[in-house]
Amino acid sequence: MSEHEHREPVSFSRAKATDPHMQPAAKDPVGMERRIAILFILAFGLFAAFGACYWVNASAWTLGATMGGGLLLLGVGLVAWGKYLMPKGPFVEERHDMASSSEDRDAFAATIVERGGGIVKRRPVLGGLLGAGVGVFSLVAIFPLLRSLGPNPGNTLLVTDWKKKAHLVDSTGRRIHVDDLSIGSAVTVFPKGYENDDQAQSMDQTILIRIADHDITTQKGRETWGPQGYVAYSKLCTHLGCPVGLYERELKLLVCPCHQSMFDVTNGAIPNFGPAPRPLPQLPLYVDSEGYLRAQNGFDEPVGPGFWERK
Amino acid sequence: MTDIAVNTKRAKKAQAGPYGKVGQALNGLDDRLGVAKGGRTFMDKIFPDHWSFMLGEIALYSFVVLLVTGIFLTLYYVPSSSIVTYHGPYLPLDGQKFSEAYASSINLSFSVRAGLLMRQMHHWACDIFVGSIVVHMCRVFFTGAFRKPRELNWSIGLTLLTLAIVNGFIGYSLPDDLVSGTGIRIAYSIILSIPVVGTHLAFWLFGGNFPGTVILGRFYAIHILILPLVILGLVGAHLGLLVRQKHTQFPGEGRTEKNVVGSPMFPIFMAKTTGFLFLVGGAIALLGAFAQINPIWQFGPYDNIAKISYAVQPDWYMGFLDGALRIFPAWSFHSFGYTIPIEVLFPAVILPGIVFTLGYLWPNLEARITKDDEIHNLLDRPRDRPHRTAAGAGILSLLFMLFIASSTDVIANYMHISLNEVLIAMRVLVLVSPFIGYAVAYYICKELQGVEKAGKRKTHNIVTRTATGEYVTVAAPMNVNDMHAELHAVPVPNYIEDDAVAASASSTAGVRTVDR
Repeated sequence: MSEHEHREPVSFSRAKATDPHMQPAAKDPVGMERRIAILFILAFGLFAAFGACYWVNASAWTLGATMGGGLLLLGVGLVAWGKYLMPKGPFVEERHDMASSSEDRDAFAATIVERGGGIVKRRPVLGGLLGAGVGVFSLVAIFPLLRSLGPNPGNTLLVTDWKKKAHLVDSTGRRIHVDDLSIGSAVTVFPKGYENDDQAQSMDQTILIRIADHDITTQKGRETWGPQGYVAYSKLCTHLGCPVGLYERELKLLVCPCHQSMFDVTNGAIPNFGPAPRPLPQLPLYVDSEGYLRAQNGFDEPVGPGFWERK
Repeated sequence: MTDIAVNTKRAKKAQAGPYGKVGQALNGLDDRLGVAKGGRTFMDKIFPDHWSFMLGEIALYSFVVLLVTGIFLTLYYVPSSSIVTYHGPYLPLDGQKFSEAYASSINLSFSVRAGLLMRQMHHWACDIFVGSIVVHMCRVFFTGAFRKPRELNWSIGLTLLTLAIVNGFIGYSLPDDLVSGTGIRIAYSIILSIPVVGTHLAFWLFGGNFPGTVILGRFYAIHILILPLVILGLVGAHLGLLVRQKHTQFPGEGRTEKNVVGSPMFPIFMAKTTGFLFLVGGAIALLGAFAQINPIWQFGPYDNIAKISYAVQPDWYMGFLDGALRIFPAWSFHSFGYTIPIEVLFPAVILPGIVFTLGYLWPNLEARITKDDEIHNLLDRPRDRPHRTAAGAGILSLLFMLFIASSTDVIANYMHISLNEVLIAMRVLVLVSPFIGYAVAYYICKELQGVEKAGKRKTHNIVTRTATGEYVTVAAPMNVNDMHAELHAVPVPNYIEDDAVAASASSTAGVRTVDR
């Protein structure tokens, strides 16, 4: 029998046991069987070790090593068994057309089009009413299902808890005094009373930075917003709402760690790099008679990323 | 007395039929379900032996690992954002207050036996699941396996990829650590960016403004129940269609459009594929044991929403979206009192929408362009369809560049170049890469087409000297172990005395003689 005939695929179910296709691919089947047996025994041992490791509460890596090692050995052995000790083939099976005979197709199409369509055509009013009923039910059922998932946005995204005369406090609730920050430092602040509220923080978080007076380029209409070098900007990035938490002291830039938008804190937090489309909204500040920093007013525009209803 | 006993045994054996108890059980099954004929056909189903058909198996088996490890994790994870005080073996967090979700994730990592291993295996299995689906789809795409009659299975596969990515992201969000919390914040903002309905969609999904208190519970239900069920159903449909339509195969000896050549389901393929299941499981277990992934205890909890850290990168399969968000220009559109945040909408919604829609439409687009309505069961070699191969390479180049762009900060830091330069370079690369990818792939295809028998296995030449002093060069026969898909061996090119060979009248195919 020539090699060429070996490679001609035959039907598995019709091949005789003596057919060369039914012989194992291994040249030395006994040796191969021995090797696979060794793999299985080692796998058996590793699984036992896995149980022991679990029993004595050993570290995670020993559990993974024994289990993974055992599975790998078992896998290699089983693949080798299939590849080298089972009939080597190649085998062939016939493929039958998916398509049915044209009579069957016509009969099927006729069932749908004539019988099905005929029923609807004969009772057009019923069909229409059924459609309308199902349609109304779908709308009515879907709408309240969605609607009760959450409230309407209303003005939630438009306002924050920063109100007139609100004290600036840090995350521990301590009020910020005008002497607290040296030039070049920054702290995250919240309106007093909201410093422990995650929900409020998601809108209110504000970064307070002290910079030298002469560095500030005052925006028109914001002449009084930054007393004694203190400027406060919403900490929500106008790109996607990440906290703009990295303050580059040398460059006087606020950097968003998510997508690297950079905001110039000396000049109204105008973005000078990256995908953020708008400056960070600025909180107008004043120093009260006791020397504590307070908000003149809330933010004059919505904070955070853009959305449809944002003006 | 003994005779009777023997007779009873014999009688019993005879009664059981030639195949014993198993045969009886099978007969019982066939009485009720009529499975004998179909079962036999199924056991004889032929699976092609080519290695590239294992890619889908990797996806299937990593999904099995996902289910098993995931069931383990559900027993310990608590999807609650209520605040608890952590007391446990991980001392840096001892006594701190954070969400129960994060606390339970820390607990299952440090206090539950094999918990950390299971968590890491689950995460690795997910990355491998998505990765193997992508590579499997590349195989299907570049060999034209999606063509008629398999367009529907291509769509199911693409849907599986989408669902795998979405469920991967949601699962990654469940531990409520600092990095994943930031990821949820970004996802919220992306939903907000959708015109007209965006704010409502975001408020419905999160039960109000970010972060709310319900999102972890909802993500949990989606992650462990809804999407796994859908994925499971679609995997069943995917495999069902595969059995119904039978496998494709590469052209080769004895292979036609009308047959399939390979190994039968039982026992050969079953042995190999079960072994492969163990191999995939074992590899994932070793990764879970030795390769740390997502160390949430180092990231810290997402308890203080104002916190964040440097180098926030998502899992690899979200990278192309993150990269697109980084490099897209700050183009926001305001008009008539409304805002369309194009800087978010385009890179995060429209761009992936275009790519995936193109994927769904591709089989029909290609059939329309090539005016090809035939049934195809034999696969293409990528080089033989240069335009398709080039188009795939172009899309992959684009996605790869976007993926690279998700690390602009790390690149700038590592290579000591300005972030600005990295950003501009990435913008240029993303724009030109699809065209370069297309052109390069196209010309490689054309070059390969020009090389006869390229990619075929080579054999040695045997040079013998005859008694008359004549040298004869013959291609050696192929090694028996190399007998695979290859049709005929190709001799190693013989450059010796080429001119003499050309002049020699006695040269025949495969045999060259040179007179000395």
